Amino acid sequence: MGRYFLRRTGAAIITLIAASIIIFGFIHLIPGDPIYVMLGDGATPEQVALLRNRMGLDEPLVVQYMIWAGNALQGDLGQSIFFDTPVTQVIKEGAETSILLATITMVWIILFGVPVGILSAIRQGTWIDQGLSGLAMLLASVPTFWVGLYLILIFAAGLGWFPSSGFPSIFEEGGLSNLRYLILPSLALAAPNAALILRLTRASMLDVAREDYVRTARAKGIRPYRVVLRHILRNALLAVVSAFGFTFAALISEAVVTETVFALPGIGRTVVQSILRRDYPVIQGVILVTVCLYLVINLLVDLSYRLLDPRVELE
Amino acid sequence: MLNVDNIVVSVRNGPDIVRGVSFRIEPGEILGLVGESGSGKSMTSLALMGLLPPALHLSAGSITQDGADVTHLAPHERVRRKCGKMAMVFQEPMTSLNPVLRIAEQIEEAVRVHDPDTDASPRARELLDMVRIPDTAHQMRSFPHELSGGMRQRVMIAIALACRPQVLIADEPTTALDVTVQLQVLGLIRDLCNRLDMGVLFITHDLGVVAQLADRVAVMYAGSLVENADVEPLFRAPLHPYTGALMACLPNPESDDAVMATISGSAPRPGAIPPGCPFSPRCSRAQQPCLSGPVPCARGVAGQTAMCHFPLNESVLA
Ligand SMILES: Nc1ncnc2c1ncn2[C@@H]1O[C@H](COP(=O)(O)OP(=O)(O)O)[C@@H](O)[C@H]1O
Ligand SMILES: [Mg+2]
Repeated sequence: MGRYFLRRTGAAIITLIAASIIIFGFIHLIPGDPIYVMLGDGATPEQVALLRNRMGLDEPLVVQYMIWAGNALQGDLGQSIFFDTPVTQVIKEGAETSILLATITMVWIILFGVPVGILSAIRQGTWIDQGLSGLAMLLASVPTFWVGLYLILIFAAGLGWFPSSGFPSIFEEGGLSNLRYLILPSLALAAPNAALILRLTRASMLDVAREDYVRTARAKGIRPYRVVLRHILRNALLAVVSAFGFTFAALISEAVVTETVFALPGIGRTVVQSILRRDYPVIQGVILVTVCLYLVINLLVDLSYRLLDPRVELE
Repeated sequence: MLNVDNIVVSVRNGPDIVRGVSFRIEPGEILGLVGESGSGKSMTSLALMGLLPPALHLSAGSITQDGADVTHLAPHERVRRKCGKMAMVFQEPMTSLNPVLRIAEQIEEAVRVHDPDTDASPRARELLDMVRIPDTAHQMRSFPHELSGGMRQRVMIAIALACRPQVLIADEPTTALDVTVQLQVLGLIRDLCNRLDMGVLFITHDLGVVAQLADRVAVMYAGSLVENADVEPLFRAPLHPYTGALMACLPNPESDDAVMATISGSAPRPGAIPPGCPFSPRCSRAQQPCLSGPVPCARGVAGQTAMCHFPLNESVLA
């Protein structure tokens, strides 16, 4: 376990270094002087010189990367050009919304995708299965923003059950009840991903049900529901757990859209705005933090996979 | 006593795979079921267990054990009705155990179903001793992938024994194992059969294994039994030309002939079985009557029977 963990962590660090080089480099891939790209054509020579100096752009590229990466390691991701505050500060402001949104979304995905997938597999071929599979196909194929707009139309504008936009911090007026602002966005974000997990759970259950060891379990005279829970589900979940890493990646990109549709003050919306404002340090910082998070989550997924599957230990 | 009466297994909306098979198994006796691969041996055994895959079903016939009708009953229903004490060891030891559960859990699970009042862990250890697994304490904690094929097959037998079967069905249990391990497992099955006074249905495509192990033999061809006999008269003087051809294919230790005999042609697939005797297209003795109509049952002096118009070894016919 320990050696495996070290090896995986090593691989994650190498990935992180590679990603950081790409993130660092992309500012230089843009045609033209990045300073002018950031400040626009109307910038005075003094402003240009100041920013160039502040960003260390007159040093050689390698030195620039070392400085940038070294600062990042110490938790300094530079200054936002637009806000003139540290990038870490900008990220922190969006973090509460984004983390809560992702967590509630994951809860929906697990609560809906896995049990409904099981139900669909157990009732394979019946109208329940066909209905659920059809619904899953539909949800998986419509874009998140479209689901979001319809949810707003029905449950916010129409029925008035939930607010349609914004999210006041749970540490302010309203406390935890502010979470109701995140219900509709998280549902919109969960819909396509829950549908994928549903279909994966179903397919995986049906695959495992054909395995020889399931026949062995039945031959023992165990009752069918126990065969499903103990023998089929346990093995089927291995495939589902390993898919959560990808689900997280999908969540990151779809969160950008969802936060924009629901006007949530999250990191996703910050990125969109920073792109429009050409606030490169913020974009770089957010991407770097996201990559770190992605690597950590995948590491956790891998570790939990190992806890569930004793066979991996040998490899 | 297990009584199988004329069972037919069919593909749903498709051909018959097992076409009217009957046999009996007494306590303490090993019935060897031989036949080429694809002849329907596994589907016969799964039908007995009530474990046919969803695409197949038992469309006719009955299965009774000690007078109780167990036809169509799945194993858990047999447990509930306290009848049909059968257990099965499958062909593939590598895939027949759950990869994520420890050996102990997989045996104890069966113990809890069939001996609900017994302490499962000591009973599981006792079962591992019965199948001669060394170092039981260690093996109980192992996962299937940590065991060799032979050890896994012993675990499968232990699981089967946990069901306290009156009939043990072993479907080619040694086909995937090397020869020395194969001999050990065969010896173990014979031993358990005698000690527990348990009937055994031993399925194999290897007539040599049958000669070593079985008391009686049923020869299966294209979904039907073509010959039934005690092992000794069968090997001395087979009646059915198919049995004779199978024996001719056995390696002969006395001859240096490197080329083994084979039966020309191939067995018909379900749905494409010729009328009359199913073996007739491959049979050197086939004549006009074999090609259509019902096939008579030839009887030998030792009680053997064969479905054939022109049996071999006429001298032993009754
Ligand atoms: N699910 C199924 N659907 C259709 N045919 C099947 C199915 N399972 C097995 N069969 C057919 O049944 C025949 C007998 O198979 P089986 O009992 O496994 O043979 P054996 O065990 O003697 O090798 C084979 O011809 C096989 O193609
Ligand atoms: Mg078979």
